[in-house]
Amino acid sequence: MPDVAYLQPRDVADAVRVYRETPGARLLAGGTDLMVMLHAGTVRPRALVDLWSLAELKGIRRLDGGVEIGAAEPYTSIIGSALVAEHCPALVAASRTIGAAQIQNRGTLGGNLANASPAGDTLPVLLAADAVVVTDRRTIPVADFFTGYRKTALGAGELIVAVRLPAAARGVQFRKIGTRAAQAISKVVIAVSREPARVALGSVAEIPLRARGAEAALARGDAAGAVAALPSDIRPIDDVRSTGDYRRMVAQNVLEELLRD
Amino acid sequence: MRFVLNGLPMTVEAPGSRRLLDVLRETVGLTGTKEGCGEGECGACSVLIDGEVVNSCLVAVGQVAGCNVVTVEGLAAPDGALSSLQQAFIERGAAQCGICTPGMLLAAHALLQQNPRPSEDEVRVGLAGNLCRCTGYTKIIDAVLACRT
Repeated sequence: MPDVAYLQPRDVADAVRVYRETPGARLLAGGTDLMVMLHAGTVRPRALVDLWSLAELKGIRRLDGGVEIGAAEPYTSIIGSALVAEHCPALVAASRTIGAAQIQNRGTLGGNLANASPAGDTLPVLLAADAVVVTDRRTIPVADFFTGYRKTALGAGELIVAVRLPAAARGVQFRKIGTRAAQAISKVVIAVSREPARVALGSVAEIPLRARGAEAALARGDAAGAVAALPSDIRPIDDVRSTGDYRRMVAQNVLEELLRD
Repeated sequence: MRFVLNGLPMTVEAPGSRRLLDVLRETVGLTGTKEGCGEGECGACSVLIDGEVVNSCLVAVGQVAGCNVVTVEGLAAPDGALSSLQQAFIERGAAQCGICTPGMLLAAHALLQQNPRPSEDEVRVGLAGNLCRCTGYTKIIDAVLACRT
């Protein structure tokens, strides 16, 4: 691996300036995705701008009846947070399914969003919770955040500062289907909220998405209709982890189960 | 670049973007930390940063400036006496080929520091990020359970 410049900004304002002024720079937080890609040579940034230890990107706090989580707060903090357990137990559940202790100690919510993998385990929870991404310059509803395969609405030089979960995040339920409990990339991830009606999935399309047809049926109180509508909302592929047919079937089965409880 | 390594202050000349794993093995010369997959799946390169277990293949060395890093070389006492966990691994046959052993020891050490009396399930969860192709895990879990206090 060729050596890449390593830049350690003092604060968010400094990070934004350095990120903007350094062509070909990538933002680094816990490194659980970026360091793999860097070593494999699948990304070749000129510089890394390290956000890991910026105090402004840390912390979990109450906000407007919900909770705000700093972008560089690792999953271990989310798992251990009484506030998150109270406001969005599904996010705790999702964080527990990510890798194992080593990954949970480094991986961050901001990184999961910015990496924008269709299999990102927290992303359906954030979608079902109507979460909002706070950047250095604006707020973006998570529903508008994923614009294409590993593409986001973030502009040039824009960085994620925090994620806000509204009060309704409390009712979100979460389920991940993978090969084993730990260290597994999902075959299907699903998060569901009844009020408001939200059905969000990962690993079933090129982006984490909301199943609008299923949501419309659920909003009418038609659980069976939501399950029936789901296959037209998703476009899963055959890949090394699963098949499109299996993903469609298991997504429907899990949705049915979650709506039965 | 300065940090504390196994209790001793350390200054290394290395680009901040280099993997902590490579700096430990190649710059510092401590080869107890193993590289397995290089992508955060296997846990062979586990080390402790400020008491938390991490995969050193995923950490840029610049990120440990000022931190306390512990590798498998730091588990034994300065006079070479093995820790009770290391001793239990030997006595219970928890090491076979040995590649996963340093990472297993550090993950188990971190677990026991945070939870001195883990249940068997808690041990399994605590070691879920460390893969072993030899032992079938049973002896490893026995060894960790034997070290509950």
